[in-house]
Amino acid sequence: MSQETILEVNDLRTSFFVEGNEVKAVDGVTFDVPKGKTLGIVGESGSGKSISALSILQLIDSPGEIVGGEINFKGDNLLKYNDNQMRKIRGNQISMIFQEPMTSLNPVYTVGQQLREALKIHRGLGKEAGTEKAVELLELVGIPSPRSRVTQYPFELSGGMRQRVMIAMALACDPELLVADEPTTALDVTIQAQILELLKELQDEFNMSIIMITHDLGVVAETCDYVAVMYCGKVVEYADVHTLFKNPRHPYTVGLLNSLPRSDMDQEELEPIRGTVPAPHEMPVGCRFAPRCPFATDLCHEKLPELEDVGDEEQVRCWIYTDEWDGDPEVKVYEPEARTAKD
Amino acid sequence: MTVYIIRRVLQLIPVLLGVSILVFSLMHLTPGNPAQLMAGESAPPDTIEQIEESLGLNDPLPVQYWDYISGVVQGDLGTSMRYNTPVADEVWPKFVVTLELSIYSTILSIFMGLLAGIISAVRQYSISDITIMIVALFGLSMPNFWLGLMLIQWFAVNLGWFPPTGWEGPGSIVLPVISLGTAGAAIIARMTRSSMLDVISQDYIRTARAKGVKRRVIIYKHALKNALIPVVTVAGLQFGALLAGAVLTESVFAINGMGRLLVDSIIQRDFPVVQACILIIAVVFVLVNLVVDISYKFLNKRIDLND
Repeated sequence: MSQETILEVNDLRTSFFVEGNEVKAVDGVTFDVPKGKTLGIVGESGSGKSISALSILQLIDSPGEIVGGEINFKGDNLLKYNDNQMRKIRGNQISMIFQEPMTSLNPVYTVGQQLREALKIHRGLGKEAGTEKAVELLELVGIPSPRSRVTQYPFELSGGMRQRVMIAMALACDPELLVADEPTTALDVTIQAQILELLKELQDEFNMSIIMITHDLGVVAETCDYVAVMYCGKVVEYADVHTLFKNPRHPYTVGLLNSLPRSDMDQEELEPIRGTVPAPHEMPVGCRFAPRCPFATDLCHEKLPELEDVGDEEQVRCWIYTDEWDGDPEVKVYEPEARTAKD
Repeated sequence: MTVYIIRRVLQLIPVLLGVSILVFSLMHLTPGNPAQLMAGESAPPDTIEQIEESLGLNDPLPVQYWDYISGVVQGDLGTSMRYNTPVADEVWPKFVVTLELSIYSTILSIFMGLLAGIISAVRQYSISDITIMIVALFGLSMPNFWLGLMLIQWFAVNLGWFPPTGWEGPGSIVLPVISLGTAGAAIIARMTRSSMLDVISQDYIRTARAKGVKRRVIIYKHALKNALIPVVTVAGLQFGALLAGAVLTESVFAINGMGRLLVDSIIQRDFPVVQACILIIAVVFVLVNLVVDISYKFLNKRIDLND
């Protein structure tokens, strides 16, 4: 890594234990978050991206459990922290915002009460100082007439406003890392753009690092510096955002890009990835994506590839990029020109 | 908030009017002639007519209702046919006893029920959860008069810790309150448990954890306030039910309360006393529900029953 990293996740494993069976939701995930940058984690539902995010703050509920790996935050392994130490990190150095702004605020407390809480816990601010800071925060996230909002209840605010309140809450103690779990998925498209814009501004202002969990490649293109693509609990590709869009390497990433409508190309139809995500109890032994991959060979079906370096800051988990590859040596995984079919 | 409360109070007026009409009708819908009853089986028809006249029983019903309701408003609940004394003097001391019994029992129910329910929810499927739920099922299934008898047997007769009967002094209230409050505690425990379990899995609880809030604060501040609404509803209904249903417990512990008075008066066809008892129970029930409605607003500002 050429630059300072704030968070290194190594071989993170989070499993759910249901009726004696272990379901590996996150199965050896590794990624770095460079300081002041945004890492996008992309994947379909069930790829383990949200569980990875929750694992960072150890917010996994029973029957889920982090079973292995390391989460190094500024050099300290958070998995070695006890509950007390972890509480001092949460909402202070690492904050999180969630997908559902409508249900993520407590309905029976005012916006001000909820904003003051983290300030009281981590900064020891009393009611008056807390309220002043709360007003400041609401102003920062672009809420009009912030002073009167402090005494309002969440039900008096729209979804976009509530997500702004969530962001204000997350920023209360100037976190160094913000984990945003699909922060715009539940919002209207116009509000989505505003929220993403807001997050970018705040990032620049506070030199904050962001992990952006999303299934939306549009959000990735707009906000992220680096991207980790996840499939079935594993990272299959990691690259900077330009490389990923210009030269995607993993067939799954290519599939995701091909299933995206593009205005700059004249397409007759979108090309979905064939097949479906395998159920947790029938995970393939080889590459997880092999059953859906158009390039899969016997090797892919039999052996799981490792996440290998393929460039300066690029990694991919695919046999095609290894010496062991037993298929067509000239295989072209991504052919952008193939998408300009129509005259 | 003030507007909400005022509107809720104003809404009581039609309810109370309806209650008074129903209570008034009771006397005229039940079989048997009160004048005959007062005069005795062998009284001559003249005497009965005289009594009917003096009680105003020959007036048209609206006139009788007006006489009745204007009396009630001034605190005149009529005259007991049995004792020929003002009903209010007869009912009031007994109402106070029953009210005390109901209040103490409800407090016990709420306190025990909440505590047990929270422990159960927070430690779902643990030994303490299972134990609490089994005890609660037991408490719910036991008839309170039987529980009362058992309590008298163990704690009054065998151990001699508490007096077996009566309603005098702090010691005497323990057994009746336990016997009356246990079922309510069991209901509230089960209600609290399911309500808390529902709330604990909500997104805003995760938000609180992500802020670094302590587990204890999450449970008692973030979760409990949300979980209390169904619990308050049940506690209110419970209180009303206790007030009307304390008669068995009062009989077992020989407490001179309103429940016993009501049953005795029904048997004796002492209609003014019956009317007064039912009216008081109904009014208290309505007032308790008012308190419940107002407490909803304190728990969740979003609730507006006026809409």
